[in-house]
Amino acid sequence: MENFYKDNAEIEKTIDAIGLDEVAELCEEGFRFAGEYDFAPVDSADAIDNYKRALSICGEICARDIAPTAEETDRVGNVLNADGSVTYAPGIARAVKLLGASGLSGCTIPYCLGGLNMPCTVLTAANEIVSRADAALMNIFGLQGIAETINRFADEEIKKQYVPKLCDGTYTGAMVLTEPDAGSDLQSVKTSAWQDENGNWFVNGVKRFITNGCGDVLLVLARTEPEFSDGRGLSCLLVEKGPKVKIRRLEHKLGINGSPTCEMVFDNAPAKLVGQRKRGLITYVMSLMNGARVGISAQGTGIGEAAYRAAREYAAGRKQFGVAIEEFPAVRDLLCDMSADLQAARLLAYYSSKSVDLEDGLSKKFESLKGTPEAQAVRARMKKYAAFNKMLTPMAKYYASEMSMRVSNGALAVLGGSGYMKDYPVERYLRDARITTIYEGTSQLQIVAAIAGVAAGLYNEVIDDVLDGVDVPPNLAGFVAAARELASAVDAANEAVKNNPLGKVYHDLHARELVDAAICAVVAALFVRYASRFPEKEAVLEYWKETKFPAARAALERAKSGYSGAIGNFGRIAPACVAE
Amino acid sequence: MNESSNGRPGGYNSVVCIKQVPDTNKVTGSAMKADGTINRAALPAIFNPEDKCALEAALRVKDRWGGTVTVVTMGLPAACGILREALMCGADKAYLLTDRKAAGSDTLATSYILSKAVAMFKPDLVFCGRQAIDGDTAQVGPQIAEKLDCAAVTYLTGLEMDGDFAVAVRDIGTGVERDRVHLPALFTVSEAFGELRPAVVKRAMKYKKAKAPAENGGVALEGDLAIGQISCDDIGAEAERCGFAGSPTRVSNIISVVLAGGNYKDIPATDEGVASLVAELCADHTIG
Repeated sequence: MENFYKDNAEIEKTIDAIGLDEVAELCEEGFRFAGEYDFAPVDSADAIDNYKRALSICGEICARDIAPTAEETDRVGNVLNADGSVTYAPGIARAVKLLGASGLSGCTIPYCLGGLNMPCTVLTAANEIVSRADAALMNIFGLQGIAETINRFADEEIKKQYVPKLCDGTYTGAMVLTEPDAGSDLQSVKTSAWQDENGNWFVNGVKRFITNGCGDVLLVLARTEPEFSDGRGLSCLLVEKGPKVKIRRLEHKLGINGSPTCEMVFDNAPAKLVGQRKRGLITYVMSLMNGARVGISAQGTGIGEAAYRAAREYAAGRKQFGVAIEEFPAVRDLLCDMSADLQAARLLAYYSSKSVDLEDGLSKKFESLKGTPEAQAVRARMKKYAAFNKMLTPMAKYYASEMSMRVSNGALAVLGGSGYMKDYPVERYLRDARITTIYEGTSQLQIVAAIAGVAAGLYNEVIDDVLDGVDVPPNLAGFVAAARELASAVDAANEAVKNNPLGKVYHDLHARELVDAAICAVVAALFVRYASRFPEKEAVLEYWKETKFPAARAALERAKSGYSGAIGNFGRIAPACVAE
Repeated sequence: MNESSNGRPGGYNSVVCIKQVPDTNKVTGSAMKADGTINRAALPAIFNPEDKCALEAALRVKDRWGGTVTVVTMGLPAACGILREALMCGADKAYLLTDRKAAGSDTLATSYILSKAVAMFKPDLVFCGRQAIDGDTAQVGPQIAEKLDCAAVTYLTGLEMDGDFAVAVRDIGTGVERDRVHLPALFTVSEAFGELRPAVVKRAMKYKKAKAPAENGGVALEGDLAIGQISCDDIGAEAERCGFAGSPTRVSNIISVVLAGGNYKDIPATDEGVASLVAELCADHTIG
């Protein structure tokens, strides 16, 4: 039987190479749930076996039920009905039910609220598998951060009312943040919320570009403190779908057509406050967004996987000039580049997910150990991963989303004219990939988020962490040295950029080159870890070093050059388009 | 069908007979031993595909009208793998019927043993896959019904319950037939009915640990992780009707046909080519 987990050994190997033993132990809080729930694991091996079983069930549903509907879903999209309700494409509606019934929609939610209590890394793998089948579906399935946010910040009553139904697929949710004039800049949100004399909240305003705005449980960012015009005046409110919430438009998009993107109006819609006032953007949405970014890194990886497979298979079967086109060196190099790019993105996405899991797990452990002698050491490690995540999450989102563009573009090149036609799914992969570099913060904004860590040289510590406890075989020792050397070259470029007289402007101008080179070094270390466990990966590691290091070094040279024409000569190089 | 969609209090208790089979879709050159028997080591053991559809039929009855689903398999302890799969998908209870006396059973002996086991549960509904992909006889289901003296509805494609009756839709090749049958009744199910639903993750986490005593040093696990284990004696099956003793079928000869690369012929797409093919097939007594 077809199975998108079992037919792709890379997922399991990547999980094994990254290693989830400690994550499992933290997630299960020392396996204390085993007595309480008959399905809870008793040790790490048991837990990791569960993770793989969950992914296999996900892989079966995706291959058997979801992938075959993706083309139709892309074609028919969702329908906005006259009464303001939205009807999902049939494939999406069925998939939401199936994934919910399996339990996968509550992947990271604790057992007590109906979830699987699995780590974020498992959700990342599940999101990858779902996205390979239908990237648009991931936008609904991957919205598990809604339940997570409610679980983390709302009071008990709200949790019990909504979270179990989000886990079993009865409800879907939406994060209702952006507005016509508040996209990347969420501080300027205008939607407001007010409280009547009995303490009931009501929401008013217009929201735009809301993924799955037609969902049942809406987490709305709204201004509860009119005296603050910035992020400090915003709170998070839960609004249920109802007559006071109208969807007035579904966007017509380039891709992910199965994902309904809504423009919606709240007309004194009854609401419940989630957590505390004023912390909506600063705490809750930031946490939600970080989770969502991890999700997009998985979505990019899934699209890349689908596109790579289509290209690889086509190149083996398509004959020109009497031979399969995979025999041509140019095609081979393109496919190798796509494969290495894809594997790098997966390693980065899974490793950054694991780092998120360690921060969360250690934070919980610290709370339980407070006041004991071990507490401080736990806290120190938690802080280390918290710092990593500020850099790694945006890096993974940036890299995997850009990879999905490169790889689906490469797949189209391999298929040539056929790829340009709707007869093959590759043009859809390319259209679907494009959004991943835009939403949950554009690539440019991910670089802004990652650059602080890069400027501080944090990638060196990340490389230490990646290689910690890895028994590197002698044949791979040279690659470790090379990765460290590249990291030192980033150190030197950092210094040069910091010392440029243009200051911050110059730093912003060259942030991308620094981030790219740092990613290149971190990925090399991840490939060393991978190849230390799976020796056949040495070839990929070598390919990475030979083809990607020179480009990284060239980028660093550019950063160090001192050239800033894009700033000083902007108008001359990119003249304004004004009518005579 | 609304007029016939009434259940009854307590729902319906179903028994599903399932079988572990070698995956004959993965047959390679090493699939048969020199003596003509199946080389089971060379083929992965799987849940017989149409038995999965039978389980799905039982689970849909349970979803809609309530009741229980019990799965039974006859085989070696290794067959517990498919019992666990069935539990993960929603079956309530699983039984392994394992006994040396049952070894070598043909369809007659198998249906006798299974009918005895099924009778023990006093089910309202019995579901079997249409046929197993190793034997392909499609005999066992109907023979069980015969021995239970209940109606057998083969090629099931749809099922509605109505009190003590079932209204079954069956595919008769040239159309469909609707049969109203009194319970208990037996149904054989083919892939046209629908695929088995995916496993539920929490059930997978739990029931991966389910075991029969035969897998656990003879000791039964506690609670619902226990896979029941039954022998021919437990169900009151007479020894002379089980296994080789109870099987009149004798296989006289098995030929291992190995298709080599050269065993094909290009026939030109011309009248002469077709005529030569027909002549050859006639000479060969393949046709005519």
